[in-house]
Amino acid sequence: MLTRRTDLQLERDALGRFLPWQIAFMVYLAALALAGAMVLNATMARWNKGISGVLTVQIAPLEENAQKEKKRIKAALEVLGSTPGVIHAESIGDDEIMALLEPWLGSLGVAGDLPLPHLIDVELEDGANLDMADLSRRLEAAAPGASIDDHRIWLKKLIRLMETVKGLAVLVVALVCLVTVGTVAFTTRTGLAIHQDAIEVLHHIGAQDSYIAKQFASRVLVLGLKGGGFGLAMAVASLLGVGSLASRMETGVLPAISLSALHWAALIALPLAVAMVAMLTARMTVTRSLNKMM
Amino acid sequence: MMDGGGYVVRFENVGLRYGLGPEVLQDISFSLTPGSFNFLLGPSGAGKSSLLKLMYLAMKPSRGLITLFGHDIAITGRRDLPALRRRIGVVFQDFRLLPHLSAFDNVALPLRVAGVKENEVRKHVEELLCWVGLKNHLDSRPPTMSGGQQQRVAIARAVIARPRLLLADEPTGNVDDHMALRLMHLFEELNKLGAAIVIATHNESLVERLGHRCIRLENGQLETETVTPSVSRLDSENAA
Repeated sequence: MLTRRTDLQLERDALGRFLPWQIAFMVYLAALALAGAMVLNATMARWNKGISGVLTVQIAPLEENAQKEKKRIKAALEVLGSTPGVIHAESIGDDEIMALLEPWLGSLGVAGDLPLPHLIDVELEDGANLDMADLSRRLEAAAPGASIDDHRIWLKKLIRLMETVKGLAVLVVALVCLVTVGTVAFTTRTGLAIHQDAIEVLHHIGAQDSYIAKQFASRVLVLGLKGGGFGLAMAVASLLGVGSLASRMETGVLPAISLSALHWAALIALPLAVAMVAMLTARMTVTRSLNKMM
Repeated sequence: MMDGGGYVVRFENVGLRYGLGPEVLQDISFSLTPGSFNFLLGPSGAGKSSLLKLMYLAMKPSRGLITLFGHDIAITGRRDLPALRRRIGVVFQDFRLLPHLSAFDNVALPLRVAGVKENEVRKHVEELLCWVGLKNHLDSRPPTMSGGQQQRVAIARAVIARPRLLLADEPTGNVDDHMALRLMHLFEELNKLGAAIVIATHNESLVERLGHRCIRLENGQLETETVTPSVSRLDSENAA
């Protein structure tokens, strides 16, 4: 499929000057897009695993009497305990709620005077398909003011958003491949025009189209690997820089920008894949163009 | 192999026109047998180069039938043409050497294209370049060589793969008489091995001296086809 010999002086034409840079930029963009998609994918998987099996029940404070409030909570817990698909339901203590609110409300003294809802943490079986409307009605009947905060609804919206962003990243990679194909086809045709005389000579002495196509394909593969390697190096430097900046953030606002060994392998495979696409494009372009000659 | 009547080349009522222009070749009919030695004569513009182009498969005729080594060119698939071309050696009038390759690599091209092993390539190419007097120019590139040297490289490239048909367009135009005779001897050696030779030339004196079959083109038509008497054979000249 490839050859080291070059009867055509391909190293002297514009192909060699232009193509590696083009491929470097394309691989850089594709690597960033791919890394972004992989980080989003991993984050989505983490969130899905952490949130999809739980929901929270809120009970608005209605009674002044603490005993009556506890009865409402107990009634809600009984409803939850008798619901198929619920593994565990546990009331979250006031102290724990205060601790959760502390970063936003500051002074605990002031916070203690606020009418905070009672919270019940509910753990569900894997794949539990609860009738939320029915559960909500039963909870309201047992403990007026009770409502369900189903994280899965929120999570579904977030996942839809992330899926869209991931789709865009994949689209960027596809566009990069498309642009690479177009660029290689154009530069190869230019190369064919530049070397037309030499190609005619090769034809006259009995060279098969594949013999000539191999020379172009080999040259483009080498240029693609050079450019792709450089583009990947730039992308890795950028990702490490962003990862370093993100790791300095104290809160968990940003998803963790970390890639697994598999992700790194995918990134390393990217320039190889782009170089292969470029090589095959060059080969097909040459073969098609030569097919028009006698 | 199709029926070619044992001919290397057979033309039947062949016509050729470029685009919508007039026919540059009209009703050409002739045949070449294996081992024949032919001169193609005619004034400039008579159609000699066009006739050679048809023979080395650079073009297809506008009409008529051409068979090469028994293959009807009109129905021969594109994939099969390289194999036919490898049986044809061509010396172009303008040499058409690849300027970035050395003399050695230019001559080696037909062997490499045919997939001959590199040690065999080296042996044959060095031997042939030595024979045409370019032993000290193996690594020279065509632009640094004289017209005569380039012509010899072109001839060496044409004969290196021992073609069954050798076509040469003015192969001795840039060399002195001594080298011209030497190159003709090379062609005759190839001819003795069974190759059909066609040499397009203006050099009528060379034709008279060597004495071979002549194909004469005039205004795109095959005017005469004669065999010139062999006044003095090359071998006897060499002996002298």
